[in-house]
Amino acid sequence: MDRSGALFAVLAFLALAAVPAVAGSFGVDLVTKIMIYAIFALSLELLAGSTGLVCFGQAAFFGIGAYATVLLSPQHGPPSLVWMLPASVLCAAAYALIVGALSLRTKGAYFIMVTLAFAQMAYYVVHDTPLGGGTDGIYLATKPVLGPWLDLNKPLAFLGFTLGCQAAVFVFLALLLRSRFGRALAGIRVNEQRMRASGFSTYPYKLAAFVISGAIAGLAGFLFAVKDGFVTPELLSWHLSAAVLVMVILGGLGHLRGALIGAFAFALLQEFFQSEAIFGAFARHWHLGLGLTVIACVALLPHGLVQVPGQLRERLLGRAQRSATEMRNEPL
Amino acid sequence: MDLATFLIQCLNALQYGLLLFLVASGLTLIFGIMGVINLAHGSFYMIGAYMAYALAPIVGATFGGGFFATLLVGLVLSVLLGYVLEWAFFSFLYDREHLQQVLMTYGLILVFEELRSLLVGDEVHGVAPPEVLSGALPLGGLMTYPVYRLFISGVCLVVAIGMYLVFTRTRLGMMIRAGSTNREMVQSLGIDIRFLYRVVFAGGVALAVLAGMIAAPVSSVYPGMGNTVLIVCFVVAVIGGIGSIRGALLAAVLVGAVDTFGNVLLPQAAGVLIYVLMALILLWKPQGLFRAG
Repeated sequence: MDRSGALFAVLAFLALAAVPAVAGSFGVDLVTKIMIYAIFALSLELLAGSTGLVCFGQAAFFGIGAYATVLLSPQHGPPSLVWMLPASVLCAAAYALIVGALSLRTKGAYFIMVTLAFAQMAYYVVHDTPLGGGTDGIYLATKPVLGPWLDLNKPLAFLGFTLGCQAAVFVFLALLLRSRFGRALAGIRVNEQRMRASGFSTYPYKLAAFVISGAIAGLAGFLFAVKDGFVTPELLSWHLSAAVLVMVILGGLGHLRGALIGAFAFALLQEFFQSEAIFGAFARHWHLGLGLTVIACVALLPHGLVQVPGQLRERLLGRAQRSATEMRNEPL
Repeated sequence: MDLATFLIQCLNALQYGLLLFLVASGLTLIFGIMGVINLAHGSFYMIGAYMAYALAPIVGATFGGGFFATLLVGLVLSVLLGYVLEWAFFSFLYDREHLQQVLMTYGLILVFEELRSLLVGDEVHGVAPPEVLSGALPLGGLMTYPVYRLFISGVCLVVAIGMYLVFTRTRLGMMIRAGSTNREMVQSLGIDIRFLYRVVFAGGVALAVLAGMIAAPVSSVYPGMGNTVLIVCFVVAVIGGIGSIRGALLAAVLVGAVDTFGNVLLPQAAGVLIYVLMALILLWKPQGLFRAG
């Protein structure tokens, strides 16, 4: 990550930490939700942006993390965060291992469709079998706690915990991408054939990235289940898989901060189009505005919001900057 | 399961499979020839079904009506729709990555669903089959089989044979096959590849709309019906080998059979079975049953 990226990240996290001071309970709830989406988007960024694997079934891992949280938590007495969190994450990672092992045998468009189909499979398992409680979903009996220090029932404590998770995931991914492993993933994205020719067995690398990504999505799912207190099959639906892809691309593929920007931009757009104060009765048809915005983004911002300052600077300062900007940004 | 029930389920499986083929062939055609992953393909199926519902009174008032007149008007409209959509949205997606195609077509799904909601509403509707075909054939002692379902299978088979003839026996089919192999070469031979793509896309849309229109009397018309079909069609395309029409036909019938018999024999796991089938086939052949040539 370059210096402007690091600066952006530090400023963004400081701003998020200041949210409780300025926002009401609605604002705290919204920001918490968006930060969970941001963690979810970061998980996909590792696959789609850094490794070049377009996974169209990311919601399955998110949903499995959420369902595992609810199904594993005991009926009486709050469970401890110490084992709840790893257990949910492990469930998601285990499913990612199975899906990854199978779907990484395919490439390109096949990979997109196969990951989608596996996510649908998980969706039907929770939707149709007694295990998942059907269409209505299930309630979480009690929210996990960490001894006397952290009670996730309190919105502010939960906001802080989510912010901590988001920061941890961000730093973890930033370090991971700078490591030898991360460079190998970048190599696979740019030219897998050449990576193989230079002696890398690419399949284990891709599988490892897939499992890590699934685990992070599971973490986001865990947080989501704890935040809302119930889960529904919609958490595994392909609409969520598509939404998180939109977030990552909207923000800017290939940049970790793009996932954060994208998650915020997408969630705020959604709030905007759903707002009855602005659109009145038409707010019911908010998908229309969202769909048109998505189309406009593909047409006008192929490199995402991350590139907007660069594009503006280029407009203002002329072509002299262009070569410098292009050299800094690696090709997608 | 006695023989008559088994026979009825076989016919149902065949009818469902052939209907899937109609939608999936358009999907696989558009991908195989133009390289575009079209998520909005399920929406065209939905649009077809809603056309069957909403156009019937209008066509009835202007042309004296009839199911087949509605079908014809719907097909003409769908070709126009496909032609305009290709020009407006898809023509600049060819050089983009798959990811951006996925995103753009996802946006189109949202737009189509909401436009449908604005124009026709969110209620579930039934469509009556035409009177000529509303009867039922006796089968065994007590069972009957609706003629309309046989009509669906018949239409799908005729379309499948028609597609085969167009692709293998006509000049247009030859140009399309050549265009899918090497775009630049075809262009340099003086063939208007943009027009060719537009024709293929319009054809794909027409296939999905046709499927939706003839399926409407059987499946009824409801919001979100396109999404279910889309995902099943992905499974069909992946099993058959993306871009292969023959593969799509075989895979569609296979998926139809697994889904229909799964619903009868293993109702708890029915939703999952076709994905298990896909996983098994991918383990065996990662490129699908037929690799597109």
